[in-house]
Amino acid sequence: MAEEITVKEIDEVVVRFSGDSGDGMQLAGNMFSNISATEGNDISTFPDYPADIRAPQGSLTGVSGFQVHIGSGKVYTPGDKCDVLVAMNPAALKTQYKFCKPQSVIIIDTDSFTKRDLEKAQFQLENPFSELGIKNEVVEASITTMCKECLKDSGLDNKSILRTKNMFALGLVCWLFQRDVKIGEKILREKFAKKPEIAEANVQVLYAGYQFGANTHASVSMSYRVPSKNQKAHGRYMDINGNKATSYGLIAAAEKAGLQLYLGSYPITPATDILHELSKHKSLGVKTVQCEDEIAGCASAVGAAFAGALAVTSTSGPGVCLKSEAMNLAVIAELPLVIVNVQRGGPSTGLPTKSEQTDLLQALYGRNGESPMPVIAASSPTDCFDAAYTACKIALEHMTPVVLLTDAYIANGSAAWKLPDLNEYPSINPPYVTPEMASYWTPFLRNYETGVRYWAKPGTEGFMHRIGGLEKSSETGAISTEPENHHLMTQLRAEKVAKIADTLPLLEVEGEEDADLLIVGFGGTYGHLHSAMDILNAGGKKAALAHFRFINPLPKNTEEVLRKYKKIVVAEQNMGQFAGYLRMNIEGLHLHQFNQVKGQPFVVQELVDAFTKIMEE
Amino acid sequence: MSETKYTAADYKAGQPRWCPGCGDHAFLNSFHKALAEIGTAPKDIAVISGIGCSSRLPYYMNTYGMHTIHGRAAAIATGVKVANPQLTVWQISGDGDGLAIGGNHFIHAIRRNVDINIILLNNRIYGLTKGQYSPTSERGFVSKSSPYGTVEDPFRPAELCFGARGRFFARCAAVDGNPSVEVLKAAEKHKGTSVVEVLQNCVIFNDGTHNSIAKKEDRERNAIYLEHGKPMLFGPDKEFGLMQEGFGLKVVKLGENGITEKDILVHDAHCMDNTLQLKLALMEGPDFPIALGVIRDVEAPTYEQAVEDQIKEVSEKKKYHNFAELLDTNDTWEI
Repeated sequence: MAEEITVKEIDEVVVRFSGDSGDGMQLAGNMFSNISATEGNDISTFPDYPADIRAPQGSLTGVSGFQVHIGSGKVYTPGDKCDVLVAMNPAALKTQYKFCKPQSVIIIDTDSFTKRDLEKAQFQLENPFSELGIKNEVVEASITTMCKECLKDSGLDNKSILRTKNMFALGLVCWLFQRDVKIGEKILREKFAKKPEIAEANVQVLYAGYQFGANTHASVSMSYRVPSKNQKAHGRYMDINGNKATSYGLIAAAEKAGLQLYLGSYPITPATDILHELSKHKSLGVKTVQCEDEIAGCASAVGAAFAGALAVTSTSGPGVCLKSEAMNLAVIAELPLVIVNVQRGGPSTGLPTKSEQTDLLQALYGRNGESPMPVIAASSPTDCFDAAYTACKIALEHMTPVVLLTDAYIANGSAAWKLPDLNEYPSINPPYVTPEMASYWTPFLRNYETGVRYWAKPGTEGFMHRIGGLEKSSETGAISTEPENHHLMTQLRAEKVAKIADTLPLLEVEGEEDADLLIVGFGGTYGHLHSAMDILNAGGKKAALAHFRFINPLPKNTEEVLRKYKKIVVAEQNMGQFAGYLRMNIEGLHLHQFNQVKGQPFVVQELVDAFTKIMEE
Repeated sequence: MSETKYTAADYKAGQPRWCPGCGDHAFLNSFHKALAEIGTAPKDIAVISGIGCSSRLPYYMNTYGMHTIHGRAAAIATGVKVANPQLTVWQISGDGDGLAIGGNHFIHAIRRNVDINIILLNNRIYGLTKGQYSPTSERGFVSKSSPYGTVEDPFRPAELCFGARGRFFARCAAVDGNPSVEVLKAAEKHKGTSVVEVLQNCVIFNDGTHNSIAKKEDRERNAIYLEHGKPMLFGPDKEFGLMQEGFGLKVVKLGENGITEKDILVHDAHCMDNTLQLKLALMEGPDFPIALGVIRDVEAPTYEQAVEDQIKEVSEKKKYHNFAELLDTNDTWEI
């Protein structure tokens, strides 16, 4: 074991932790990500959960994965494929091997590869590697045995000892990438502060895993180091996933607007974590009501908006189907409301834990009548914060419901996030009535410039009024079925939303200025599209990217920007909804399309191949 | 409130558009009167309704109000009350709005015990859509959508309310002014969800549905006005009363079989056990009088107050009270 081992410096690496649902792979992955971030790397992570809550142990459907991409520079995605695959059992190996490249290293726990384990994963042969045709370098470690040995004097029961296996794997991966394992120790001691004996056991096993790597060189030819060449701005950072960032954005907006935050919601994958997160923060005055159904979630939020709160409802596509009626009430009553749709695979119940962008047209048009509604799409886990903040600002300042689209991929994926300073965020100023307006105010009196009506909260003297789902007179606010009035009110509601564009930033283009291909996307695909563009440009091609956050209204320069390019490809995780929307808004625009609905994030290489083909056509 | 600062006129707005003779007119008058007697400032009242004839009511109120969407009034009213507990919240629904399309919201609002006052105007018909049977129409009821009679049993609103752990249930007849005012005042006074079933006629599509109690003399014979702590007597000369018999109730005549007033059951609206209260609420003719007045009125924690209490309690324990402090609760690193 005295051979010298080479430490090779690399720019980026992707590690995929996989194992049984109960093997703690999410924690191992998260810790590896946090350790790397603390050492100054950029990170992007993606958990890949099974849909079953407790699939049979060792079964193919029970495999849980967590992919971490760390880089010395900016990292945009969790990576297409992994450089290291940790497979804690045969089922993980079988289902996750597809994420390996020929040169990927695979780490397995040999103790979990008994005949019975192989049978559970439906292997036919005794050698799973030859059965799958795996020729990769494999690090075989008897992790279970070593954990037991390491903790034999700990006094812990067998079950608790087996629960530390993930830390052995993490220790080994930390050695492989020369990570500072002390950071992991610190995280564990904080996490298990209330159970010091569990903390101690995990720490011991973590070091044991690291030592195993160092002592045996893990039978690999070299270990790697991903140095920090980060150009990130100085400051404090944390790891945050999209749902948490969304929740934080809502909290920040409420504080900035000086309003109480109200969430009416109903549990639905993959949006439930927003309800979980917000329900924790009572000390910030946040009120969360877990309602009897999706309808009540949205309806109660409309009630809260009428009463004067910053009202939010969170859900996923199937929930939006049910909420659309109450969303429309907020349209006609012109009340501020934020509807968060964490998109998942559809139609119907579809693929609850997987990611798509198939609810775009639902957000834009999925209601009866002429029902204009602003739609914003967050582009990354950390962007969920800004997008949620902006959605609240628009809703409150323009007295309108706003749809915030995120998706399962960015909601569960995480990245390093520079802690924001709220002082640097724009103020939020709802158009409240003022006492002197009492003599002439009516519910649909509008600000001439913005077309926005004024907000009179119940409890305010002199502004008692009735609004509701029936069309109202533009002048008096009373029920009106007058033909001219309805036409006018329809126009006024549309103009109000259109005028929001005056307040929005212009569409920016990244990449080559005189690009031969403009890549267009929206929402959670930003990282993959940006990576694809970088690869194209690094290979001498000329590509640019226009990524949309604001979908309704579109940025004012949208047409001007798009008309500049000979070739445009709209890449989206649906069958062409955004492309169709752009064609509807910009006459005669010729667009290529790249559409994929597999429930998985885009694969960068597939994008590069498809875009190259379009450029060469 | 000792001094009355407002009159019924202070709560009036607009010109009701209901059919002449509709029970909604009479109820609206009682509602205005009750609010004046309660004396809450119009600015502090929110009247939330769903869809249906009776749900037009907010437009005739000089208060804050929202005429919302079909069936959702209870959910919307819940949001209003939780967001601003200072407001007095009334929910106006019909039998279709509250018990058919809105049945789920109805039972869950009651279960949560949000302090809202649910007025259920029950005319046993869909009036606004011109005459279909409702979830409170009797089996066999002939309507435009059941030309050969319905083949389903109706809900009895009290049963739903009690099944959802209702803490307040009262009943009045729309045309019966003063008792309606008293019931509404009691509903407002009760902390928690109050359900008031208003028996109401639809002159166009279901005329006479509550005929047995339509006139004063009918009510003397066919209804019983319940008062907490009073023996349950009824009849033109209070000659009839209610007694317990086995698991049920029976109607007895004073003086017959040696029965005196002392033998008559005394109404206990505050009894936590709702068994007898439910029996009272489910009484119907011809064998029993229909119960009017406050049938059940018991205390329980209200939802919105529990929300406020929890916020206060958690705020005292937690160390973060603004966004910047929230950020500090996370694991962070410096670059």
